[in-house]
Amino acid sequence: MATLTYRDALNQALREEMQRDPNVFLMGEEVGVYQGAYKVSRGLLEEFGAQRIVDTPIAELGFAGIGVGAAMGGLRPVIEFMTWNFAVLALDQIVNSAAKMLYMSGGQINMPIVFRGPNGAALQLSSQHSQAWESWLAHIPGLKVVAPATPADAKGLLKSAIRDNNPVIVLEGEMLYNLKGEVPDGEHIVPIGRADLKREGTDVTLVCHSKTLTVALKAAEQLAEQNVSAEVLDLRSLRPLDEAAILESVKKTNRAVVVEEGWPHAGIGAQIVDLIQRDAFDDLDAPVQRITQADVPMPYNKLLERAAKASPEKVVAAARRVLYLD
Amino acid sequence: MATKVHMEALSPTMEEGRLVKWTKHEGDPVKSGDTLAEVETDKAVMELVARADGQLLKVVVPEGTTVPVGNVVAWIGKAGEKVDGAGSQESGAGAAKSAPAAAVSKPAPAPTPVPKPAPTPVVPAPVVAQADATRIKASPLARRIAKESGVDLKLVHGSGPGGRVIKRDVEGAPAAPAAATAVATSPRTTPDARRTGVAYEDVPLTQIRKTIAKRLATSLGPIPHFFLTTEIDMERAAEAREALNKQLGEEGGKISFNDIIIKAVALALVQHRACNAWFQEDHIRYWNEVHIGMAVAIEDGLITPVIRNADLKSLREIGAESRELAGRARNRRLKPEEYTGATFSVSNLGMFDIDQFTAVINPPEAGIVAIGSIVAKAIPDGERVVVRRRLRLTMSCDHRVIDGATGAVFLKTLKQMLENPLAMLL
Repeated sequence: MATLTYRDALNQALREEMQRDPNVFLMGEEVGVYQGAYKVSRGLLEEFGAQRIVDTPIAELGFAGIGVGAAMGGLRPVIEFMTWNFAVLALDQIVNSAAKMLYMSGGQINMPIVFRGPNGAALQLSSQHSQAWESWLAHIPGLKVVAPATPADAKGLLKSAIRDNNPVIVLEGEMLYNLKGEVPDGEHIVPIGRADLKREGTDVTLVCHSKTLTVALKAAEQLAEQNVSAEVLDLRSLRPLDEAAILESVKKTNRAVVVEEGWPHAGIGAQIVDLIQRDAFDDLDAPVQRITQADVPMPYNKLLERAAKASPEKVVAAARRVLYLD
Repeated sequence: MATKVHMEALSPTMEEGRLVKWTKHEGDPVKSGDTLAEVETDKAVMELVARADGQLLKVVVPEGTTVPVGNVVAWIGKAGEKVDGAGSQESGAGAAKSAPAAAVSKPAPAPTPVPKPAPTPVVPAPVVAQADATRIKASPLARRIAKESGVDLKLVHGSGPGGRVIKRDVEGAPAAPAAATAVATSPRTTPDARRTGVAYEDVPLTQIRKTIAKRLATSLGPIPHFFLTTEIDMERAAEAREALNKQLGEEGGKISFNDIIIKAVALALVQHRACNAWFQEDHIRYWNEVHIGMAVAIEDGLITPVIRNADLKSLREIGAESRELAGRARNRRLKPEEYTGATFSVSNLGMFDIDQFTAVINPPEAGIVAIGSIVAKAIPDGERVVVRRRLRLTMSCDHRVIDGATGAVFLKTLKQMLENPLAMLL
């Protein structure tokens, strides 16, 4: 077990999967000579050559479409978007081609493709470059969506995504690439659709994914100082969703706060709240609370940006509300 | 089909109820929500209401009878309807008994009659919004718990937003669950929690405790005092004191009655942690340590230096420390930490020939004892009259923390210790 950054864990997953299967290739802007805008593909061009590490023009719809065609032809493309903000240009290929192919071909054509890249806000990148897209993507039947929060989960989920015969969206985080953590060597697979209990507790469940794991863990520490035992459930997969894990935790704690990076309206948290109210109704002692980004385009101003984001303090306040402590 | 009327749990701790009075009689028409009878619970007299429409067909339990919760006390049905068995199986003759309402808590098997503290305001029965009996706001979980444990949600006071009944209301459990686990057992009956290495234990206020606190606090100034007075025979304490002082002889450091009383109070508090407590905003702090504040009159006021861990100190240590502290108090040489942090206080005006008085509680402490003069009195002793040295002692209690019976059993222990000083050696 080595301590790796999230970036190097993704790099390790790509390298191991490319070594394992000659059909796997990486394509995107600056992935080859520049070794990736965030250096996720460092050393891969040297090892695998330009046929499998393919630099593209700035044309997201075009190279996403090439990827879809390659997958139809039997290859296993990994398409890197410099950020998911740019991937909106490619949504037609993702939503109308990749997500529909298996269904519309009557089950004849598989779509083993991965679309990956950083998602959500970093620091002061302003409104157009600070968006969290998971509710858009998880909305689409035919897609799988994962959002790893730790280096180990990043490696394990990317490997699962590459081996999956369906299109899988991997949501990374610019602020996560430098995060360090222990990563199992070699064959480390995290199955898609399985949440992970990152901290056990008894009084309230904090549901989170990706960058909000850090927010939730900090909130849990602050709550512990107030004698509140918070359980932190990292979803890891947003589609399929580990409904059993969410329900099991809420049935234990009777209260939940859902934390996400995206906007409140029709967000991922709304889906989770729907699940809880329907299937854990008799176990709820308080309405479920949500902590999201403020319902505005992300401000550029540093203080406003901070105020707009989910924070441990906001989560603590919501947890106290569901516990009727205030 | 006729509907049974059960003895209901009208308070969270009620196990049986005494049927004080039937307000409806056999043959009377009744509607759901009508008051059928008055029932005395462990806390107050409450109303038993009808849960069905019709006619009160049969009264099974006569007035004055005490029956366990759950027993059938009457039947409601259509006029002329026959009632089978009249619930006799459930309210078998053996089950009914007439017993006085039990005291709220029984910290010790107290054979002494529990004095009813006259100045104690009676806690009114929690009035339930019966006008809106059909719509109760409760969390789904609270509903489920209530259903499973047979709690009637109409009778539960909801502490959530808009009066929503939530889990802690139906469980009567403290709010912060993490903090609660350690104190879920009755805090008042575990004097041996002392010396566990923990200085104190914060017990969150329960619902009833909050209600009592709120009601009593608005009834009699910021701290709702009540007073318990007892007369103590100090003959043996006086003999012991004379003997001890003879023994100390020229070594100096004589032992005073005050020292003996401080020691006895401290030891009694060890046995009755329920009186060794602070009332805090939203919880009661039951102290495992005993720190006695000793009221000392100074030139333009009063200060209470603290004898820390008085229960663990010898009479001689207490004597030396109290003289030293009182001396410095009069010279205004006390450091703040020397006159703060007491868990209970003693005020002595015996030297001023005061027979008996009431002292004002020193917040956040929950109690203080006021010591009068030791006076020789003629006391009947069988056929004879003997002269004994007697002391009248009055305890002021913060009713938000201490109930009448709680204070009374503490005083009983204190009295036993002073009347038999050897008990302090136990």
